[in-house]
Amino acid sequence: MTTATQPLAAKPTLAGTPWRERAEEALIPPFVALLVALICGDLLILSYGQSPASVYRLLLEGTWGNAYGFGQVLYKATTLAFTGLAVSFGLRAGLFNIGGESQLAAGGFAAALTGLALPVGTPLLLSLPICMIAAGVAGGIVGFVPAYLKTRFGAHEVIVTIMLNFIVLALLNWFIAGHLHVPETLHTPEIHAGVLPRLADIDPRFHGSAANLALVVAVIVAFAVWFYLFRARGGYELRAVGLQPQAAEYGGISVGRAWMRALTFSGVIAGIGGINYVLGYKHYYEDGFAGGAGFLGIAAALVGRNHPFGVLVAAFFFATLSQGGLAIHAFVPKQMMDVLQGVVILAVAMAVPEVRGILRGARRRTAA
Amino acid sequence: MKEREAGGGRREAGNQAGFSVPASSAASAVPPPASHLPPPAIRMEGIDKSFGAIRANRGASLQVMPREIHALVGENGAGKSTLMRILGGLMKPDAGRVEVNGRDATGWSTNEAIAAGIGIVHQHFMLVPTLTVAENLVLGCEPKVRRIVLDYSRAAESVRTLSNETGLVIAPERLISDLSVGEAQRVEILKVLFRGAKLLVLDEPTAVLSPPEVRELWTVLRRLRDNGDTIVLITHRLDEVVDLSDTITVMRAGKTVARIKTSETTPAEIARLMVGRDVSLSAGKRVQPVDRATAPQPDQGLEVGGLTVMGSRGIRVIDDVSFTVKPGEILGIAGVEGNGQTEVIEALAGLRPVFSGTIMVDGAEITRRTVAERHDVGLSHIPEDRHRRGLILEYTVANNLILGVQKHFSSHGIIDRDRVMENALTEISSFDIRPPSPVLAARALSGGNQQKVVVAREMGREFSVLLASQPTRGVDVGAIEFIHQQLLDARAQGKAILLVSAELNEVLALSDRIAVMYRGKFAVVMPAVQASEEVLGEYMIGTKKGTAA
Repeated sequence: MTTATQPLAAKPTLAGTPWRERAEEALIPPFVALLVALICGDLLILSYGQSPASVYRLLLEGTWGNAYGFGQVLYKATTLAFTGLAVSFGLRAGLFNIGGESQLAAGGFAAALTGLALPVGTPLLLSLPICMIAAGVAGGIVGFVPAYLKTRFGAHEVIVTIMLNFIVLALLNWFIAGHLHVPETLHTPEIHAGVLPRLADIDPRFHGSAANLALVVAVIVAFAVWFYLFRARGGYELRAVGLQPQAAEYGGISVGRAWMRALTFSGVIAGIGGINYVLGYKHYYEDGFAGGAGFLGIAAALVGRNHPFGVLVAAFFFATLSQGGLAIHAFVPKQMMDVLQGVVILAVAMAVPEVRGILRGARRRTAA
Repeated sequence: MKEREAGGGRREAGNQAGFSVPASSAASAVPPPASHLPPPAIRMEGIDKSFGAIRANRGASLQVMPREIHALVGENGAGKSTLMRILGGLMKPDAGRVEVNGRDATGWSTNEAIAAGIGIVHQHFMLVPTLTVAENLVLGCEPKVRRIVLDYSRAAESVRTLSNETGLVIAPERLISDLSVGEAQRVEILKVLFRGAKLLVLDEPTAVLSPPEVRELWTVLRRLRDNGDTIVLITHRLDEVVDLSDTITVMRAGKTVARIKTSETTPAEIARLMVGRDVSLSAGKRVQPVDRATAPQPDQGLEVGGLTVMGSRGIRVIDDVSFTVKPGEILGIAGVEGNGQTEVIEALAGLRPVFSGTIMVDGAEITRRTVAERHDVGLSHIPEDRHRRGLILEYTVANNLILGVQKHFSSHGIIDRDRVMENALTEISSFDIRPPSPVLAARALSGGNQQKVVVAREMGREFSVLLASQPTRGVDVGAIEFIHQQLLDARAQGKAILLVSAELNEVLALSDRIAVMYRGKFAVVMPAVQASEEVLGEYMIGTKKGTAA
């Protein structure tokens, strides 16, 4: 057997897809989607006989334009950040967690119970971690059930998480209405420990807004998720399972275990989100406090392109729309913002592949 | 576009396909063919086509005469498919001129191409699995009763007629999902013929076929040619080119480097034209036994005893198979696809549960171990399907190079990115992966280089037993040669290698011993020196059984 002449190996370089190209592909589609949503918003506002310019100005003034409004945006963004991160974490493993709503509620409920049980005057450094663990465990249990049913019996996680929403929320309602509520209300008594400082305690201009320390927790969780996904072996394996389960299996990764981890921790993240309302805002658990934030988290995850930092930005954006709806209520119905949310989600879903194609086509033409 | 509308001069007589585009006035720019000779069926001149910085075609040309089988050969990425896409109207060339049967077809549409009788049979099947053969064939032009109800019997009848005319025999009422790969391909060819194609382009038609199926296909293609059709065969298997074609066009790096008569050339010359240097061809070669100073330990290597694997319907897809692969030995498994080769490898690799039997690697039993534990005892595995199993296409080359050994590249659960990058740079240079960038997504690499990533990962680390399944499938000549050399080097270093390949040549050239799988059993195990394509072929189709002398 004659040995073939080895081709001269080219010198390896670190050159890959240029950064600019990758940044463009990540950022331009959401902005195109935003533009589409703005145009739709213009048409809607015009249909109410109002001037789009003045309504948008009002929207900005009511949200980013003053400290209170901005604080409220931050408060709403905090819960959305948690639920968005939860959904995106599951999606990275290829699983769609629709159970954010009940995981969030379960987490809030557990945080409130813990806060009630801890003695008055427990220092925050102790009470906050304990309440967070309780919230995380509660959310994690709700996330574990679909994970177990999927790996053990092949039950589809979308169906199970949706159905669990009904079960868990009904159970919580039963607990509150039957056992724990303050008479004439549907909430627990106020907690004694674990109350989070508000933004207003640092800067009095935020007076009245509900933004609180949970915002910092959300940012830390986002960093933790990013680190896990892109730096840890577990994240390497989890993303591998999400991208190509058969290749992951070939690589010695247990697909079932990765699924368990992804859905359970997705529940944990959503559960911790419960502290924003319970520890940071009302200081009690109230039936129905989640108010759709679990579902809007799906939108935040999609618009944020499943990247933890993208999810933070998307949560901030959706929080702005939601708060802005209140600001412009005098001129146009605030439901218009719900419509706009829907338009943004649709536009992102469509714009991502479309805009990417156009970008690549344009590059091709300039290169040719 | 303009030229085409302008002219109206010459019209080709005898154009059965109903080519209605008027001939171009620009045709006069090209010297008219001598009157006694028919114009070439395809004439492509000076074709340029770029995608961004990549120039797929640069001044490529192709001339195919009517009623010939023309092989278009070249390595992956040489520009063959781009050229054919331009011919089929799927792309417009940046520059150059295309003529079909003597008239201008530059930048035409797919509909015009189909109307002109061009039919492209794609490498990947485009059939609806839940419909029958007849339904698939008439899709888009269904014969109907009173314009509403699909006329099944007429559809089936016309399929049967065509089937008989061409020798592409297939029952029209069978479901696509029930067909074998070879049968599905017959349907693909019937489909383009059904639409009136007289000029067939087949893109890598034999990539998924067994030798008997290939021979059948050759018979059909020859018959089609004799009936007056023109055939362009895209391939990089040189034996096929020599077997079948009348004329050969060789492409390299987007250019046409040669147009030769098949009778006047040799496989070695074609290979040299394709790669641009001398290539050692494995065809017809046999490995020499490796000299060993000491006899290998009796329990070293791979030892499989009574392996039985159950299929989806309780059938034994592997039925009581026993064999050993000693260090420094390559055991080749030949066989028609679907006789259990995939299942054997998957069972050994830990991807498929074993019903009964034992698997030992270097004396350690691994029958019930996990994939990761098998890695640790020294089992490496080049999977047959790199897109589905072997690579995570969205991951970078560097990240793909640690798939399966990610544990060893991390400490305390954190991936050591410096070591991952270092490892990638080493493997990229020692396995000549191009482009040599560790941060590129695996998807961006050509098929041959993707396979090199898999080979680099599995062979670049410590191992004692290698499962190599279709290690050169869909890979160009240069990369095949490289991978073969890697396998032989590993053998020389005393690794035990189990090789499964649909390429009989490959099995014959690399193996010390050859086993033929037939219906979940080894029909025969024989030393490679006693084997030949003819001998193995009989065992493969089941006409001969039992151990050879």
